[in-house]
Amino acid sequence: MKIEILGTGCKKCKQLQLEAEKAVSMSGITADVIKIDNPIDIAAYGVMNTPAIAIDGKIMASGKVIDAKKIMEWLS
Amino acid sequence: MQSISDILSWMNQQLLRMDWLYQLIWNLLGQVFGIDMQSRMGESLHFFIYDVIKIFILLTVLIYGISFIQSYFPPEKTKRILGGVKGIKGNILGALLGTITPFCSCSSIPIFIGFTSAGLPMGVVFSFLISSPFVDLASLLVLSSFFGFKIAIAYVLVGLLLAIAGGTLIEALHMEEYVEAYVRNAQNVQTDMEEMTMKERGEYSLEQVKSIFIKVWKFVLLGVGIGAVIHNWIPQSVIESVIGSSNPFAVLLATLVGIPMYADIFGTIPIAEALFLKGVNVGTVLSFMMAVTALSLPSIIMISKVIKGRLLYTFVGIIAGGIVLIGYFFNAFSFLLI
Repeated sequence: MKIEILGTGCKKCKQLQLEAEKAVSMSGITADVIKIDNPIDIAAYGVMNTPAIAIDGKIMASGKVIDAKKIMEWLS
Repeated sequence: MQSISDILSWMNQQLLRMDWLYQLIWNLLGQVFGIDMQSRMGESLHFFIYDVIKIFILLTVLIYGISFIQSYFPPEKTKRILGGVKGIKGNILGALLGTITPFCSCSSIPIFIGFTSAGLPMGVVFSFLISSPFVDLASLLVLSSFFGFKIAIAYVLVGLLLAIAGGTLIEALHMEEYVEAYVRNAQNVQTDMEEMTMKERGEYSLEQVKSIFIKVWKFVLLGVGIGAVIHNWIPQSVIESVIGSSNPFAVLLATLVGIPMYADIFGTIPIAEALFLKGVNVGTVLSFMMAVTALSLPSIIMISKVIKGRLLYTFVGIIAGGIVLIGYFFNAFSFLLI
């Protein structure tokens, strides 16, 4: 599984990344959490409101920090 | 008409300006703590405590309410709405949506790319980009709280006009070539995200309050501290000779000092308030506030990643020029508003 965190480096982006990493370690699955901070790549996902999170290429949420619990639901 | 105006004034005085809090702090310091309220110390303490409490109450309530409204207007939706209109209507709508679409300078690039790749005219994109840091619901209510609702409404109208005119001008100058190539060639991507539920909107708004609070509380304390010093310790004559009404360059000076600084409106307002109470003209004060909140070095650096050369200068020039113009405009017509 591939989890991507899209954000240009603001505080919320880092928070979202931490939550995603927490979700991965809690659910025990193997997944990579990748950070995407190039604005062109971000725009290529159609995201205009950072931070955003994509799982296996699909945008799940944008513009807010999602907590680990919610991310775990998406992972299962 | 008269009674409506009375009701509005009362609401503004008690709810936004919080006159009750002013009195409460005054009595508390004077009668309970026995501080001499005519002394400088007493006055600065009063300014500090009243302003800090007032700004934190405003910040919490306003951000919550505004975030709730904003949750209905994610940029994706704004993009769809703007895609359907043409000509000057697009500029007007772009400027209006700029006031309610959630925006922070760190997402200005993705928004710029998203809008451009969707085929929106340059002018519309720039009307949006000028209006969004300039005019928003928070500035309307905060200005209303500190300077009265007439000034607040006039500010919003003038800000929107600037955004519409600025966007139209950029459109007319045909500077598409100054947009970085990778932006022009970006693919338009439609996303279908689920609508938020009421509960999610509430959670989102609470999250916004928390994150903005954590981000700005230091600036608020600093701003109120500076405000208190200006209010009670710097002689009126000094302020007047530097940025008072006798200096024709006051607006220009206030703008130039404000541009490199970056702070939230909540951190800027106490300084603006203190200057205003010291008799600095309202236009000069507004120019300073706008220069601090709407234009800053970090945001210019950010936007320079997507636009360059003449377009960048024009964009910055329109905003800086607009700030100066609005300042002189308000100074000239302030007698109508106060």
